[in-house]
Amino acid sequence: MNGTQEGFRAYEYILFAAAAILTAVICVCLGSVNVPLKSTAEIFRRAILGLDMPKELPASIILTVRLPRVLCVALTGASLSLCGAAMQGLLKNPLADGSTLGVSSGASLGAVIAIAFGISFPSLPFAGTMVMAILFAFISLLIILGLAYRLDFSLSTNTIILIGVIYSMFVSSAMSVIITFASNKLKQITFWTMGSLNGSTYANALALAAAFAIFGGILFIKARELNAFAVGEDNARNIGVDVKRTKLTVLICVSALIGVCVSIGGTIAFVGLVTPHAARFIAGPNHKRLLSASAFAGAIFLMLCDLAARTLLSPLELPIGVVTSLIGAVAFIIIFYRARGKSRGA
Amino acid sequence: MLEVKSLSVRCGALDIVKGVSFAVNDGEWLMIAGPNGAGKSTIINAVTGGVAYTGQILLNGQDIRKKKPVELAKNIGVLTQNHYVGYSFSVEEVVRLGRYAYSPGVLARRCDDDERMVELALEKTGMAAQRRQSVLTLSGGELQRTFLAQVFAQDPKYLLLDEPTNHLDLIYQRQVFALIKEWLAQGNRAVISVVHDLSLAKKYGTRALLLDHGCMAAIGDTNTALNRDTLEKVYGMDVYAYMKEMLSRWQ
Repeated sequence: MNGTQEGFRAYEYILFAAAAILTAVICVCLGSVNVPLKSTAEIFRRAILGLDMPKELPASIILTVRLPRVLCVALTGASLSLCGAAMQGLLKNPLADGSTLGVSSGASLGAVIAIAFGISFPSLPFAGTMVMAILFAFISLLIILGLAYRLDFSLSTNTIILIGVIYSMFVSSAMSVIITFASNKLKQITFWTMGSLNGSTYANALALAAAFAIFGGILFIKARELNAFAVGEDNARNIGVDVKRTKLTVLICVSALIGVCVSIGGTIAFVGLVTPHAARFIAGPNHKRLLSASAFAGAIFLMLCDLAARTLLSPLELPIGVVTSLIGAVAFIIIFYRARGKSRGA
Repeated sequence: MLEVKSLSVRCGALDIVKGVSFAVNDGEWLMIAGPNGAGKSTIINAVTGGVAYTGQILLNGQDIRKKKPVELAKNIGVLTQNHYVGYSFSVEEVVRLGRYAYSPGVLARRCDDDERMVELALEKTGMAAQRRQSVLTLSGGELQRTFLAQVFAQDPKYLLLDEPTNHLDLIYQRQVFALIKEWLAQGNRAVISVVHDLSLAKKYGTRALLLDHGCMAAIGDTNTALNRDTLEKVYGMDVYAYMKEMLSRWQ
């Protein structure tokens, strides 16, 4: 008579974690220079034990270039995907995510303003763009939700996405205006709009990990409330969920997490939209499982996209945002048609 | 006791509910009736916190606005007419959400009480066999029974129903009302329901509140409140004659 367990089982965690680690290893080994697995393992062994590196091993590529980058990519993917899953549950809309809602373009506007006008905080060298990105992500979210609420009280229709798209267009024209004033920083600004994790450092990875631990952690805690929202906001209120507080908490966490991601990797579209969909096929709609599955799936998906971005046109490198959009759009169509073919379930 | 005192709801320049007062005691089934637009559902929405209102709603003498959502949910449960679930949750997952108020904490572990209530609710509503089925594949009647099971699992003292059988076939209509009647008979609880079907109001209600353009037209025992005169005034037609004419088709 016992009910089914709602959360992830231990073996499922191990399975997903193993897949993520395997992907990470592949991504660290492959690139402009392919390093055999054996050499990579040797480099790690020596680095951990603090031994000297033999000259013939490409230690600096692995340790100072690829490892921090793969870590950043994995954490960004996990964060964006987690945000997407949370937003899709909260708004009961499978088309919602940071980029469709305009939150990430808002965040990049913040970053662009910080770059163009040289806004920074003296004690923290990187914090200028990061704080501005987070701030703008949150302001964007408030504007979009505020407008949507006025138009359509229920928030569950496409109104919110429509306003998000309009807002994104508005933001991109605002960015064009700023670019005309700060044309000397054009290259740096383009980076934000395309998205790339080239040149990521361990400090970046640490910032992402901290953001994921704090804000992602809160989202995981809110899994039950997200389930209630995914069934319906009125239903959530009727069963005793503090609707306003939950909504605000989730939205703040999502904007903060997206803000941090954008400040480090720029706008990376489609990850937050597609991977929760795929995760829902594997884990079902219950957020106690879905959030974990989405985070792992997002990390794996983005690592593979980054690998493609680095290697497909080597020595040229594609912006990761371009790869995610290309793969994401196709994957989305396939998922969508399959779902339609099988049942109404998604 | 659930008391509503001079409740008014404004929407823009429009007064939807104007100074409505009533109280519900244990064992009562209050039917809120009236034509479309009379403000029936708005009263339910006010009690559940879905719309802003003036006046007071008291639960055992305490203002419900001062109560935490979790405390409120242990006392007041709601069943509405429309359910659109966007994702393929299982029947059991939806029913289990009804237990949210009893363990809202972060590290909430399942307790035996929760399990028992969920099982009981699934059995009572006849949804136990379909517990693993996706709610997206349910018929309208099954979906309504799923949410009825959810509210049974929630185990409130007061059950608010907003036209719960509005688009259901007669079989399901009877089923749902019979289940609610059985629930009420367990004692120490009360039901308030919005209905537009006056026959249902008369069959199941112990008391009735008749609304006319947001104002109270009559309140009292079902047959007193919904008598020929009051109904004719509110509906602008001879409801009794019409109902009898309908009935004669079955003879």
